[in-house]
Amino acid sequence: MKRLLGSRLVWPSAVLVLLVLTNLWFSHGFLSIEIRDGHLYGSLIDILRDATPLTLVALGMTVVIATAGIDLSVGSVMAISAAVACLWISKQDHQDTLAAVAVGVLLALVVSLMAGLWNGLLVSVLGIQPIIATLILMVAGRGVAQLITGGQIITLTSNTYNSIGTGYVLTLPICVLLTAVVVAAGAVLTRRTALGLLLESVGGNPKASRLAGIQSRRLIWGAYVFAGLVAGIAGLIDSSNVSSADGNNLGLLIELDAILAVVIGGTSLDGGRFSIAGTVLGSVIITTLDITIVTIGVPTDATQLFKAIVVLILCLVQSPAFRARIAPRRRRRNPPAATPDALPPVTGDVVEVSA
Amino acid sequence: MSRHEPVLTMSGIRKAFPGVVALDGVDFRLLPGEVHALMGENGAGKSTLIKVLTGVYDVDDGRIELEGRPVRFSGPGQAQQCGISTVYQEVNLCPNLSIAENIFIGRQPGTRPLVRWSAMRRRATELLERLHLGDLDVNAALGSCSIAIQQMVAIARALDVDARVLILDEPTSSLDAAEVAELFRVIRQLKTDGVAVLFVSHFLDQVYEIADRMTVLRNGKLIGEYPVAELPPVALVGKMLGREREALEELQELSVRPDGADGENREAVLAAEGLGRTGAIEPFDLTVHSGEVVGLAGLLGSGRTEIARLFFGADRPDRGRLRMDDQAVTLHGPRDAMARRIAFCPEDRRNDGLIEDLTVRENIILALQAARGWARPLPRRRQDELVQEYVDLLGIRLADPERPVRELSGGNQQKVLLARWLITRPRLLIVDEPTRGIDVGAKAEIQRLLTRLALEGMAVLFISAELEEVLRLSHRIAVLRDHRVVRQLENQEGLTVDSLTQVIADGGAA
Repeated sequence: MKRLLGSRLVWPSAVLVLLVLTNLWFSHGFLSIEIRDGHLYGSLIDILRDATPLTLVALGMTVVIATAGIDLSVGSVMAISAAVACLWISKQDHQDTLAAVAVGVLLALVVSLMAGLWNGLLVSVLGIQPIIATLILMVAGRGVAQLITGGQIITLTSNTYNSIGTGYVLTLPICVLLTAVVVAAGAVLTRRTALGLLLESVGGNPKASRLAGIQSRRLIWGAYVFAGLVAGIAGLIDSSNVSSADGNNLGLLIELDAILAVVIGGTSLDGGRFSIAGTVLGSVIITTLDITIVTIGVPTDATQLFKAIVVLILCLVQSPAFRARIAPRRRRRNPPAATPDALPPVTGDVVEVSA
Repeated sequence: MSRHEPVLTMSGIRKAFPGVVALDGVDFRLLPGEVHALMGENGAGKSTLIKVLTGVYDVDDGRIELEGRPVRFSGPGQAQQCGISTVYQEVNLCPNLSIAENIFIGRQPGTRPLVRWSAMRRRATELLERLHLGDLDVNAALGSCSIAIQQMVAIARALDVDARVLILDEPTSSLDAAEVAELFRVIRQLKTDGVAVLFVSHFLDQVYEIADRMTVLRNGKLIGEYPVAELPPVALVGKMLGREREALEELQELSVRPDGADGENREAVLAAEGLGRTGAIEPFDLTVHSGEVVGLAGLLGSGRTEIARLFFGADRPDRGRLRMDDQAVTLHGPRDAMARRIAFCPEDRRNDGLIEDLTVRENIILALQAARGWARPLPRRRQDELVQEYVDLLGIRLADPERPVRELSGGNQQKVLLARWLITRPRLLIVDEPTRGIDVGAKAEIQRLLTRLALEGMAVLFISAELEEVLRLSHRIAVLRDHRVVRQLENQEGLTVDSLTQVIADGGAA
């Protein structure tokens, strides 16, 4: 129990529960899930489905942030990926064939991968600060997407493509399953191998990591490639939902929500320690918040402000400084055990602690 | 105020952290115009006492009186306004700002929000002249200055507020002998001005040189307050450790000099032939044999670390070559060196060594894991075994290997760094200042460990600013001065700290 309370996922989880309860108050059927036509239906399923693009983008963002970097270009990469896939499929005579869609998707993923390679090249080889390096593609990427779509919104009639975002397999939405698989793959890749440790090491102290023999250049490069790839998948889901590619608006400002999801999940922007579970939780919270705004009927003019206030509260309850302030006086006098001066319990006659 | 009226009195100070009482009823007083040394092992409570005094921590119990009035500071800023200034072990200034800005940051001259830059520069120059550093360019970025100068700037900053109490926490740990002398001159000047100086240092000889009185703490308790003249070093160490006999025997046992004669018939592990790097180290020859400790002696900045970095592939040489097992090798980076089983514990533990956010376990296995590559993770059971083995072997005192390494003391952090490299089973271990800033007990343990590793056949390149330590451990000593290897000496009878100092001073000409 103590361990559970000490986990950094406690506060985000509490916020999520609170959001769900709020929804339940305003809409009594919020928690109900039923089976219609062999598919699961319900608000909770909607939340999961709506959260998929953000979850994927935030997953890539987590890995990049762990290396003490940031990727602002993910929204533009989504747009490029959608544009490539839609352009290819729209040129086919039979848009519904699996081959047409598969090739389109594959092309889109290759282009996303290249976008990640570009970002990684700028950051890890050429040493440009991540925020600037990825800002380049954030701005230029929109232009690239526009060029691909010829400045128009490409609309498809492909049911096969459309099913990526709206179809079902085994009663569950395909996009949810797809996202779950990608997230699981990301978790296995980082935690079942030493990749996670090495990434955290590079993000925590690049100089010391080099002297410990870690090839930080490759690792950082890899993180950006991964972020590009998953952003590409997110772009496919987003565009298949509406069967079109809008180079201007697809994935617009999603990088901000993604960064927010990562931070809510307990990963520090300073790099180092990261939590994929936390990020998934963060994405679901943000999506639930968007839905809550609709459920409780916040006027359209006020939605942005409302969201900002909830996010502010969320950040406050996670801030150690704020919690120390509102905590009772008795506890405030004892700094948390994590300070450099904290004294570990020792045995024997010699007490040795940091000076 | 009378000279014998304490400027500062602390009585019955108690401060507890979860799980440990850091200060238990400690009394402490400071007279004007004295240098008072606060002595104790790491964890004795020195840092906590300083932090209580400067308002970083609130006390649980006890009184603090400044010139007879009870005070309670809510933070270092308030303590400073009342005339208590602190210069910390790690320079807490901004390297990207200029010297003048660093001195006056937070109390810039001029009407807020405006700054009178000319006044700031003038006053900065005046302050530095008081420290005989008038020829420094106050517009230069602090980061471009040596650590010693940065330390002086920190002191200048502390002096600007008309400090009546100046706390110096390990001020000399990054300074070489000449710089220490310079610092002591400044401290003596402050003494005659009536400033009370609280001095914390691990260097006993420095304490005996500069301090008038000392207060000894052990395990958070006050052991006593003594005039320096009445407490000889042996008795002091005994009081600090609280286990007089064993500790002293331990140190004596170590001072048995390693046998330097049989160095010849051992196999050469790594040899430098005319190796050099422009601006870092002039071309030099140096061979390290298996089972041998080679000490690098020289002042700070004389090129000791530069040699270590060339041997580890951290920097590329632009002249000469390295030979390993009679083959010329080029090290393209630390990984190359690691593949040839060379290990390097850098001087700056916090910035170049440990990953502070990671756990003790993760820090220990890091180099081994990096060598294996990300796709071949060390099984968790094997990790735990290795960590346990080396925690026991090196006597690392910790609560839990799953806690962040930054919670450990300096000595234990150093051992974690050594453990990281020892589990890679190196043939050549390069250690740069492994005993700096750690307490007597841990220091003796690390010295003993290095001696034993050499006995077991490892080649060790040992770098330390403490000549006594270099003499105690090394079979051979390479003397450096001004980025040149000036002499290589067999460590035989007759070689003393004094004669070694002489070699350094003469630049090997004698």
